[in-house]
Amino acid sequence: MAAVLKIEALHKSFTLHQQGGVRIPVFEGLDAEVGAGESVAVTGPSGRGKSSLLKLIYGTYRASAGRIRVRKGDDWHDVVGAAPYDVLNLRRSTIGYVTQFLRVIPRVPAEVIVAEPLLERGVEEGEALARARHLLAFLNIPERLWHLSPMTFSGGEQQRVNIARGFAASFPLLLLDEPTASLDADNRMRVMQLVDEARSQGSAIVAVFHDETERHSVCSRDIALN
Amino acid sequence: MNPLLQVEGLGKTYGNRLGCEDVSFELQAGEVLAIVGESGSGKTTLLRCLSGHLQASSGRVLYAQRDGRSVCLADLSEAERRMLMRTDWGFVHQDAREGLRMGVSAGANVGERLMAVGARHYGHIRSTAEDWLTRVEINRERIDDSPWAYSGGMRQRLQIARNLVTSPRLIFMDEPTGGLDVSVQARLLDLIRGLVRKFNLAAIVVTHDLAVARLLSSRMMVMQQGRVIETGLTDQVLEDPQAPYTQLLVSSVLQV
Repeated sequence: MAAVLKIEALHKSFTLHQQGGVRIPVFEGLDAEVGAGESVAVTGPSGRGKSSLLKLIYGTYRASAGRIRVRKGDDWHDVVGAAPYDVLNLRRSTIGYVTQFLRVIPRVPAEVIVAEPLLERGVEEGEALARARHLLAFLNIPERLWHLSPMTFSGGEQQRVNIARGFAASFPLLLLDEPTASLDADNRMRVMQLVDEARSQGSAIVAVFHDETERHSVCSRDIALN
Repeated sequence: MNPLLQVEGLGKTYGNRLGCEDVSFELQAGEVLAIVGESGSGKTTLLRCLSGHLQASSGRVLYAQRDGRSVCLADLSEAERRMLMRTDWGFVHQDAREGLRMGVSAGANVGERLMAVGARHYGHIRSTAEDWLTRVEINRERIDDSPWAYSGGMRQRLQIARNLVTSPRLIFMDEPTGGLDVSVQARLLDLIRGLVRKFNLAAIVVTHDLAVARLLSSRMMVMQQGRVIETGLTDQVLEDPQAPYTQLLVSSVLQV
């Protein structure tokens, strides 16, 4: 399996200047590698840095040292120390990220929120919206809600809109942060189906799953943080 | 790719007092940069130097024109600078009264900028003005009203229409939602966000409101006492702030 993600000697600590300069180390020399079509679970006790690892790969957290290399086509790009513009390009084309919560934008309809990653890639509007509607229907969001802003949706509905958005475009590397928390059994199963579909189409998946059964059903290997 | 705007060591002093110092950054076409910091941190001074409203004391600003050639702002003649500000650039003031001509109708406010770039056909100017009023969600029946008869939120939207009618490539905004009701703010922000994307506008937005920065910008610069103390992607600066002052700023935001 060709590697898509290579993490080398990753260090990250937070310094809390407003709280007496306390330094909180999170990673001290983490190494990991994930290949195309491989699904890997990040495991470890609460507070050990599972979500932080995803945020470091996505470039939201800034590594203190080490390398996080991501393959785009035949080229490797180091997220650590990359120029903002390059990180944005990687996010558009290569690294997808499904967070736990939807960031709602006032007045923007659900179907547009879902279609946005495709529109940003220059996909034609009709095609992008068709894909968005297909995903919203698959995740059991009633059609009458598609053209409304998710501002007033329930927590579970917002999360499903967020998941639909995460899967609208296909990414060589997909980061999932507890995508099934607060969903019912049927919707959980559908999300797992989307994850497995992406993986079988060659995406590398790095995921945090709260539920052990779910983790075992999609992930073949762990990155254990202890 | 040549950056749209290239800023090198820009500084401004008022006598002995420091406005801003040693500011350097690049802005690509279509990129939205937010400049945040508390009042008095130099962000408005910086914006005015960048946009040519104030003459910088040191450093320079290079702008890549449509033909690809870069010009140094300070080397332009007054006429060239004015032309640039009327065509390629826009400036949205916090107080709409500064950015509008309050003595003429709303339609004339939009049409005036078109005439400045050579439009002469009255019917065409009027229909373009109508079109733009609709885009910023102002009823076209209000086209002949004076901006005095407009609410604060409407004036701000009119100011945006006036700026965008000439299809600029770069727009400067100074606290565009400052002083507006929260409900009016949300509408304006969404409108700005949509227009920026639709026309692939580059924008530099000065704000002290981190939520505004989060919604509009992809990149952020934090200023304190006239200096840039932190830069990065907007989510980096807000979620993993490094400088003590940025951490204070981010942790001071009230949760609702």
